[in-house]
Amino acid sequence: MLKRVGEKQVNPSVHISKAAFPSPFPSELEFSAPARGTWTIVHVGMLVPEAHEIFVCAAGCLRGVVLSAAEMNLMGHFSTVAIEEHNVLDGDMEELIIEGVTDILNRLPKLPPAVLVYSSCIHHFMGCDLEMCYNTLRERFPGVDFVDCYMIPTMRKSGLTPDQIMRRQLYSLLRPTEKKINACSIIGNCFSLAESSDLVKLIRKAGFTLYQIPDMKTYEEYLKMSESAFCITTQLVAKAAGDALESRLGQTHLYLPLCYSTEEIRKNMEKLAGKLGISYDGDRAAEETAEEALDKAFEVIGKTAIAVDYTFTPRPLGLARLLISHGFNIKVLYLDSFNKEEESDFQWLKENVPELEICPTVHPAMRKVQRGSEEKVLALGQKAAYFTDTCYFVNLVEGGSLYGFDGIRRLAELMIDAFKQEKDTEMLIQRKGLGCESCI
Amino acid sequence: MRQARTVLPTYSADIFGVCSALYELGGMTVMHDASGCNSTYTTHDEPRWYDSDSLVFISGLTEMEAIMGDDSKVINDMLSAIHEFHPAFAVLAGSPIPMMTGFDFSSVAAELEARSGIPCFGFQTNGMRSYICGVSEAFAAFAERMTDENVKRKEKSVNILGATPLDFSINGTVESMREILRQNDFEVIGTWAMGSSMDDLRLAGEASVNLVVSGAGMKAAKILKEKFGTPYVVGTMMGKTMTDKVIQAIRQTGDDGSDRIVFSNENAQDETDFYIIGEGVLSRSLAYAIKLECGMMPRVIYPLELLTELDGILSDMDIHVMEEEEIIEACANAKLVIADPLYRSILPENCRLIPLPHEAFSGRIARKQIPDYTKIDLKEMIGGIML
Repeated sequence: MLKRVGEKQVNPSVHISKAAFPSPFPSELEFSAPARGTWTIVHVGMLVPEAHEIFVCAAGCLRGVVLSAAEMNLMGHFSTVAIEEHNVLDGDMEELIIEGVTDILNRLPKLPPAVLVYSSCIHHFMGCDLEMCYNTLRERFPGVDFVDCYMIPTMRKSGLTPDQIMRRQLYSLLRPTEKKINACSIIGNCFSLAESSDLVKLIRKAGFTLYQIPDMKTYEEYLKMSESAFCITTQLVAKAAGDALESRLGQTHLYLPLCYSTEEIRKNMEKLAGKLGISYDGDRAAEETAEEALDKAFEVIGKTAIAVDYTFTPRPLGLARLLISHGFNIKVLYLDSFNKEEESDFQWLKENVPELEICPTVHPAMRKVQRGSEEKVLALGQKAAYFTDTCYFVNLVEGGSLYGFDGIRRLAELMIDAFKQEKDTEMLIQRKGLGCESCI
Repeated sequence: MRQARTVLPTYSADIFGVCSALYELGGMTVMHDASGCNSTYTTHDEPRWYDSDSLVFISGLTEMEAIMGDDSKVINDMLSAIHEFHPAFAVLAGSPIPMMTGFDFSSVAAELEARSGIPCFGFQTNGMRSYICGVSEAFAAFAERMTDENVKRKEKSVNILGATPLDFSINGTVESMREILRQNDFEVIGTWAMGSSMDDLRLAGEASVNLVVSGAGMKAAKILKEKFGTPYVVGTMMGKTMTDKVIQAIRQTGDDGSDRIVFSNENAQDETDFYIIGEGVLSRSLAYAIKLECGMMPRVIYPLELLTELDGILSDMDIHVMEEEEIIEACANAKLVIADPLYRSILPENCRLIPLPHEAFSGRIARKQIPDYTKIDLKEMIGGIML
């Protein structure tokens, strides 16, 4: 932890040299820090244009998702069916889903082209015949595409996580169709990668049509993603979505993870270039620009303490390694487990900065730690901003739209801006789903 | 169809009611659930979360623990946290999956208590009922177990029962109620449970009158009456005239020891087109306050569980409906409705909505617009349509 003011308290953090990989902290009761910028399954589901979401859960589970939709001003695209005690006793879960969804669709002013029906833990514990439910609904509403979605946090440690499943299901409405050899998709991200990013630039250079779901405005546009010859994922959480499209639609899946090492970025770009059928001999200009931007950022930020959290990027260790290699003073990483893909970065950090603090975010002791620091802190990520109680932070989740050397350049610029400009941390980080409309 | 809602949100759930009720009392509350409940409660239903360090956690229940009936995980995790934080008491409250697996909350609480040496409570909440049930059960349990029996009653002293941010937010109403009581020479023993400590609440038996300000305080009022013989007054201070009536009722009850419901004999006309949708005691108080100040009596649409303790509190003229379609039907002839702004979408086209945000319904969305009820100017609120 950064140096705290006040009474002596339990400090759950560990130095990276002592941290176990990939689980540095034991499982205990969990605290929920009030940083809400990461997207929920409601936000992700709303990426399907014109779709309607229907959650079938207990009221307590509905509470969070329905208010997420309300805060997004999207209640017109959201409905619920509440499970009550008698449904558990009566065993009429299938009827509840079928009749509840039917009733809602009949009451909507217009039938949506797609409906995402979310089942919950209770259905799975009771062995509810979901397939029969969806099939019946498809028969009743032949003009509507139904997607089975899942709010099943109890199963989060059994196979794919609900977030991984959600990102996979987001594309399950795409249909087998004739491929366009010069079309591809980047899938599984909440944010479209920027036009200036290395990846998008290379795709454009090859003359390919590129689809990214956050850009889609209509359901018809969304369905055009079916035509892609191949799909790209850039995050581990989206990998299952790519694998599913490959096996179901025959779209080759390229996993080109967001990363921060020169070698890995180059390798990713070479892989992409091969698929695009063009040559890639590196992009020295982009690499130099990134280096210059980092140098410039270091001139401004210097040895100011920096805290990074796992919501900022799926590769927090790789980012820390990059910044430390450029002289920055990374003091603490806030994360509850390590991304298994980052083992080499973990080893590097362990050897080169053994005293780097690894601090959990959900450990119960985090409720009592006195937030803040006597020194100025630049935070990368909302949770880091909360725990360090700093108004200097880069407000980004999941890496945002950044990718490649261009992403590093833009990150350096964002760090300079954040270092110079105070932000209203309390107001900003409590908004759900960064980048979505919010009435808060 | 019952249970299906096209546009309306759900009210906060029983499990969150437990957390909210006990939030300021120095205990530790654990929601026995996988992961979602914690962020839902702390994001939408707990305005005190960011700036306080109250101990509310989630157990992080997994599929395997649920299937294998592994209760030891939550027990050991709670004992570890109790050892680390030294809370005054500990609470375990349930969600849907523990209900399904038949998790025995009272036995687990007993085991926790035996092993930790602090009072422990288990609440059989299941996330399928509304907050009012959870708040009610939490206050009732506290009244039964945690109040000191060897206290002496003080004249002109009051407990306020049923105050949580879910009904009152944090916009000054509760502080104003306390201040008004003090200005009228009443000592406030404890406010259940905002702005008071556990020690304050322990002294509940000192009060000469209990003031019940929401339906969730009713069960505790009845327990305290049985335990200490304390009479109660039911009513919320809504604007100046109603506030005077509440004070007057407390005085009378202090003198004669009779329970009073401030709004009890006032009913709306069957054919009215003016409605209030909301929590029972607050809505009935508001309806009566409007009658007193504006001469018109709205009819209350009560969309929460009809707790047995509310018998005699709500009127036969009130409409008890919980489903979206029923609420739409109940409002079919409405010309004027006072309700949370998220009800707007189900009201008839020509109906005017006077927004009165309710944290237990719309969460933090309109929190800033929630008024200090004691200071509501009803004539201004109703506008130019007074009879």
